[in-house]
Parts: sequence; C-alpha cells; structure tokens
Amino acid sequence: MKRLTLVILAICAVIMLAAAVDLPDWADPASPASTHLSPDFLEQGYGETATPNIVTVVLADYRSYDTMFEAVVVFAAALIVLVVLRHTPRKRRKMLQHRPVREGRDTVLRGAAQLIIPVMQIFALYVVGHGHYSPGGGFQGGVIFGASFILLALCYNLKFTIERFREQAVLVCVAGGVLLYAGVGAVCLAMGWNFLGYAGLAGILGVGEVMARSHGILAVEVGVGITVFSVMMSLYYDLASGGDLDEGL
Amino acid sequence: MTWDASLLWQFDLLILLMMVICAIAALSLKDLVSCAVVTGAYSFLICLMWTEMLAVDVAFTEAAVGAGISTVIILGTAQYVKRRSKD
Amino acid sequence: MDEIFHFIIGKYNYWASLVLLFIGLYGMIAKNNLMKKIIGMVIFQTAILLFFVSIGAKRGATVPIIEFGPDKQPLLEASAYANPLPHVLILTAIVVGVATLGVALAVLQKIQRVHGTIEEDEVLEDQRQ
Repeated sequence: MKRLTLVILAICAVIMLAAAVDLPDWADPASPASTHLSPDFLEQGYGETATPNIVTVVLADYRSYDTMFEAVVVFAAALIVLVVLRHTPRKRRKMLQHRPVREGRDTVLRGAAQLIIPVMQIFALYVVGHGHYSPGGGFQGGVIFGASFILLALCYNLKFTIERFREQAVLVCVAGGVLLYAGVGAVCLAMGWNFLGYAGLAGILGVGEVMARSHGILAVEVGVGITVFSVMMSLYYDLASGGDLDEGL
Repeated sequence: MTWDASLLWQFDLLILLMMVICAIAALSLKDLVSCAVVTGAYSFLICLMWTEMLAVDVAFTEAAVGAGISTVIILGTAQYVKRRSKD
Repeated sequence: MDEIFHFIIGKYNYWASLVLLFIGLYGMIAKNNLMKKIIGMVIFQTAILLFFVSIGAKRGATVPIIEFGPDKQPLLEASAYANPLPHVLILTAIVVGVATLGVALAVLQKIQRVHGTIEEDEVLEDQRQ
C-alpha cells in the first residue's frame, strides 16, 4: 500500500515538475506577478499613508478586511483548542508516561530567564511600534511577547505563570484585540467613511487624512498584536498541560 | 542576460538541499521528540531562504512562529503520547 | 551549455518547493503515526508558502521598505523593491498555520485520551471493538 502511494505521488510529481517548466523564470522582474497590482502599491503606498514599510501598508490598510478576519480565525482556533481539551470524558486516560519531575531549583535557567524576559518584552513593544519604518508589526511583536511568557512558564512552571497572568485575563485579551480592530473600523464607519477607511479618523485625531491613515494602521496593528500574543499563550496553556492547567511542560 | 550576483544561487541550492534532508528526516525518525526538533531546524532553514528572497517580514514571522512557538507546542503534545512511533 | 545552466538556475526554487510538497503529501498519506501526519502537514504548508514567495522575488531589487534619497525625497520606483503582495499573504498564512497546528495537536491529545494510542491502525482497531 505504501509502495503504491509512493508510485502515484512520484507520477504526480513528475507531471507537476514538467508543468513548472512553463512558469516565468525565478526572480524575473517582468513576470506577470510583479507587473500588475504590486507596482501600484509600491508607487502610491507611501504617498497615501506616509508609511515606508509597504508590507505593513498592504497588510493593515489596503487588505485590512483580510487581516481582520485572519485575526478572527486565530481567535476561533484558541476557542476550539479550549473546548476540545477542557470538556472530555476521562475514562480511559492513559498518559503521563514520561512526565518530567521538577525537583531541583534550576538556578541557572531562572537567572537567565530573569535577564532575558524584560529585554524580550521591550523588544516586542518596539517591534509593534516601529513596524511602520522597519520589518515587524503586530504579528511579530505579538508572537515575541507571547514567547516571553512561554519562556517564563518553561523556566519556572506553568502554575507560576498562571498566577501572574490568569486564563480569564488571557481570554479577555483574545477577544479585546479583535474588538479593538473592529472598533477602529466601526469608528471610521460612524464618521461617514467606509468600514476600516482610516481617513475617517482625521476629524477625531486632528491631523490630515494621510497621517490619519498612518495612525489607523498603528491602532489595528496593536489590536492584532494583542490577539496574537494572547492566542499563543492560550494555546500553550492548554496544549502543554493537556487542558488541566496544572503542571505544564 | 547575466545572472545578478545579489541572489547567490549556490547558497540557495545548499539551503534547499538541507531543507529536503530535514523534511525527509522529520518524517522518518522514530523518536517523536527528535521529529519536533528537526521540524524546528526546518523552519529555521526556510527562514534563511526567505531572508535571501528579500521577504524580511515573512522571515521575521517564521523565525518567531515556526522555530519558536510551533516547536514548543509540538513538544508539549509529545509528552502526552508514546514517544516511539511505529514507522 | 549556457542555456541549460540558465534553465536550471532559473527554475530550481519551484522544483524544490514541489519536491517538498510531495514529501509532505507522502507523510500525510502514508505515515501511520498521527503526529507524523501533522508534521507532514506542516511541511506541505511551508512548501506552498515557499512557492508563493518565490513568485514575488525580483532580481536587482531590495526589501519592500521605501528608501529616501540624499534630498529626503522617497524613491518610488516599483522595479527597485521586491513584490510586497505575496509577503502579506504569506505573513497571515504563517500565523493561521500555527493556529491550525494548535487545533490539530488538541485533536491529537483528545484521540490519545479516548483511545490510548495515536497509531492509526490501533485507533481503528479500538473503534471496531
């Protein structure tokens, strides 16, 4: 059976490799993908939003519906993991086979974590705030901020982290990030512009329309960052403890 | 038509070859913890590949998500299941 | 000779992504252990993402962040920057990817709880009883 799978997949692979010959050359500046839509973004993006990082502009302004529902997908994934792991009948629970026993006081690990974690958190905030001018933004900053708490849970234990950041607070953050994103869109709608048309924020912030779009991008990036950070923590809490929130990895 | 030296094709081929080796190793190792670690190495290599293709934002995300968080959650699951797999 | 060399150099990225795609698909179909299937899914996913970003690469370009000239004027030539659109699509796809990986691992842990194993044949055997 495995042999048969391998043969069928090899035939498919040969067909697709032969089809790949017709693709435009790699890194060809005249390929269709680089000549239709993206030149407009590159040439007009800076003038319309005053934000040099075009990836951030396209992510949070031109394609902001996409990003908003992507944040909703991540939110839904966190809830599904919670529901799947929390409410299960535990009749035939065979696990805990090589559960690590925590006895020693791991002085080196804890000292290193105390040094690294504050630096990581400040760096995460920098990545979110400076995403307009350098690589970075809500996704990366949120993941790094979540990783700092996961490092805390790995070096101490999960209980120690949950005492400092309770699960209810994490779930409020998950919903709050999406709400902030949608709220910015709703404010734009209330000011008489399209949903997520950040130029509508100009009257509230007291700046021109171009700067209002720049500030709107920052606001939704913060919303995405909060959602991603708390979803990563929620996934770690549930998956590392099997839904019990007791010991952790 | 000359090939631009800014895209180092020898370096690319080396990374892509190592990625294929890592992918095969991640699927053929029998120890699930080793599989998780090799998957993290694979994510790191693809992050190098994306930096090379000038997708810096993508490489940044992959370095944080693929090599960091996914490895940790795969390891967190691996502690609850039997460590040796049959194939 | 030069043409063959150019042909190989011009396409190798697509070929590598297709090879990775079929390695991942083989893992998803043929492996018996469910954790191996999930790792196959991760490889399959990154192969598609590699294909997308390969489309956006541009020779002689730089990263898609607008640069400023000596007179503080932005340089707005599209050919000087890599294509930003695939980068945006892939950026969101990576984060969605880790979310789906989390859901898959949660289902895996539940299968382990209910059936006591994650080998596919043993799970099917357990269901038949």
